[in-house]
Amino acid sequence: MANDLVSPVLVGADLPSPSPSASELGVDQGPAYGQDPAFAHDPAGHRDGVGERALMKVREVRFSYGTKEVLKGVSLEVKPGCLQGLLGPNGSGKTTLFKCCLGFLKPKSGLIEMDGVSIGSLGTRRLAAKVAYVPQEHYPSFPFTVSEMVEMGRFPRRGRLPILSRRDREAVAGALARVGLEKLAGDSYVRLSGGQRRLVLVARALAQEAEIMFLDEPTSSLDFANQLVVWETVRSIAAEGLGVVICCHDPNHILWFCDEVAALKGGRILAQGKVGQTMGRDLLEELYGRSIGVEKVSGRTFIYP
Amino acid sequence: MIFRRKLAALLVLLGLLTAAFFPAIISGAYDIKAGQVFSIIWAKAKGQSEPKGASRADQVIVWRIRLPRVILAVAAGMALSVAGVAYQGCFRNPLVEPYILGVSAGASCGASLAIVFPNHFPGTQITAFVFALMAVMISYGLARNRGQISPVALVLSGVIVGALFSAVVGVMKYLAADTQLREITFWMMGGLYYATWADARLAAAVIGPAFLLIWYFGWHLNVLSLGDEEARGLGLNPTQIRLLLVAVATLAASVCVSICGIIAWVGLMAPHAARFVFGPDNRWVAPGAAILGAVYLLVCDTVARTLTAAEIPLGIITSILGAPYLLWLLRRKGGEIYGQ
Repeated sequence: MANDLVSPVLVGADLPSPSPSASELGVDQGPAYGQDPAFAHDPAGHRDGVGERALMKVREVRFSYGTKEVLKGVSLEVKPGCLQGLLGPNGSGKTTLFKCCLGFLKPKSGLIEMDGVSIGSLGTRRLAAKVAYVPQEHYPSFPFTVSEMVEMGRFPRRGRLPILSRRDREAVAGALARVGLEKLAGDSYVRLSGGQRRLVLVARALAQEAEIMFLDEPTSSLDFANQLVVWETVRSIAAEGLGVVICCHDPNHILWFCDEVAALKGGRILAQGKVGQTMGRDLLEELYGRSIGVEKVSGRTFIYP
Repeated sequence: MIFRRKLAALLVLLGLLTAAFFPAIISGAYDIKAGQVFSIIWAKAKGQSEPKGASRADQVIVWRIRLPRVILAVAAGMALSVAGVAYQGCFRNPLVEPYILGVSAGASCGASLAIVFPNHFPGTQITAFVFALMAVMISYGLARNRGQISPVALVLSGVIVGALFSAVVGVMKYLAADTQLREITFWMMGGLYYATWADARLAAAVIGPAFLLIWYFGWHLNVLSLGDEEARGLGLNPTQIRLLLVAVATLAASVCVSICGIIAWVGLMAPHAARFVFGPDNRWVAPGAAILGAVYLLVCDTVARTLTAAEIPLGIITSILGAPYLLWLLRRKGGEIYGQ
């Protein structure tokens, strides 16, 4: 590794002027950021040319808790096969946006639609068959086994009796195998390690067979290796054609693993687009309000304090 | 394989219930031979009004006193246990019992009012029932905040409403004459002394369907116990299903309490014992707890009426046997069951 050291490329010295190109969505995205040369090539191999059809369209969504407006007109698209990172400081409205997209909260105005239908009119169960949710670290009150947890992913597709069909059992087994936990099916969920618990929740979302998966900070409080395992699993899920949106606090992870990024601050989208074209020092400094370094080492881009 | 094992365990429990039925129906303060007991039941069940070869007293004791009492014990055990399962799942808390929303306090309040002012209230049982439902409805109403009901708010308001109704019971005790005071005290200790066929029929009619409904929604209960947002993410509207399950569990518990008085511990203990056998999946815990609760109450009631010459209140027996058992269960097996 030591021999691989290349001279760090100083970035930010010759930033091109922000391109004024209008957004692909036809909505205001704020000032355009990026085109940072450090991101021109990325070894993570961000995929281009993913499907143009959007699975979910979020248009000008506003939401307020009481009088405090948390989302001030946010627009977003979730595309199939695309891993989209949602980046933003604490209190920027990421979680609220998630909850609106998942139907937990009803936007005060604006529209969230799938296949031309507003998700508000879909109903909880039909929405759950289309959109899966991987919650943050949690600790259930009752110690379900791993397979019982994953079986709950079949809940939106249940029949009249609370019994699993052969099709359900296959989906559960497939999802567990997909995250490599088939051997732990009979173990107690609460006794697994943090990384394994996240993967069980991902498997549950897979068993849901939804078109979109929303993950809320899936790698928080995980060790380095487990973070990589979760990210690699999620990447391969997106590669199979699901639209994946991840709420994430580490801009490095977004750089390394995501195809697209949406940066949120103060309830507005600051920038969105392909990771390579959007993530730059100016965007990050604007997001977090402090100076931030960006460097390229061994062909990878790193963001550091 | 796990399915087969659990099914076998359920069948064993059913066998246990059948086994508990025989000593319950045969033993009692008045000695009747086992053969005689069953020939009376057999004849009566076939519709003979006056079976031959059995004295009038024997017939009355077996058919009019013991049998409804046994049925009532089974129904009450099922009601409290399955209500405990539903409440614990709905409130995501394994330490919740069916009385948490004020069922027992409301019923005690109604019963004591009816005992102290017999001319102003329609009867102990119906007044207790109405007040039990009223207490739970007030708890539910108080917990409502902008159309949302959080489990924590619900438990808190249940405690508050329980305290209010208990205060009324205190006032009634203060006002009561000596015989009334004794009656209130006995009612609150719980027992099946006055079980009639009408009670047994009423209990079976309400508790049977309530049990089936909660069993049917066992999987919903699993999803609900993960928390409201996760439940929504899995396609379950938590508000509706919680209202339904709490209503059904409350109805079953209220009917049971209004007939039998306050029987402590069963509603907390049986679900835990069932989880020890079946794990946390409520599709199994609901029937398992129902049968375990029925067996437990049947055994306790048999002990209550045969241990000494005078009858011991059932609530005392269930507590004396139940509290140490739960302590043992949590200390010895808590790690396995709750993952700590």
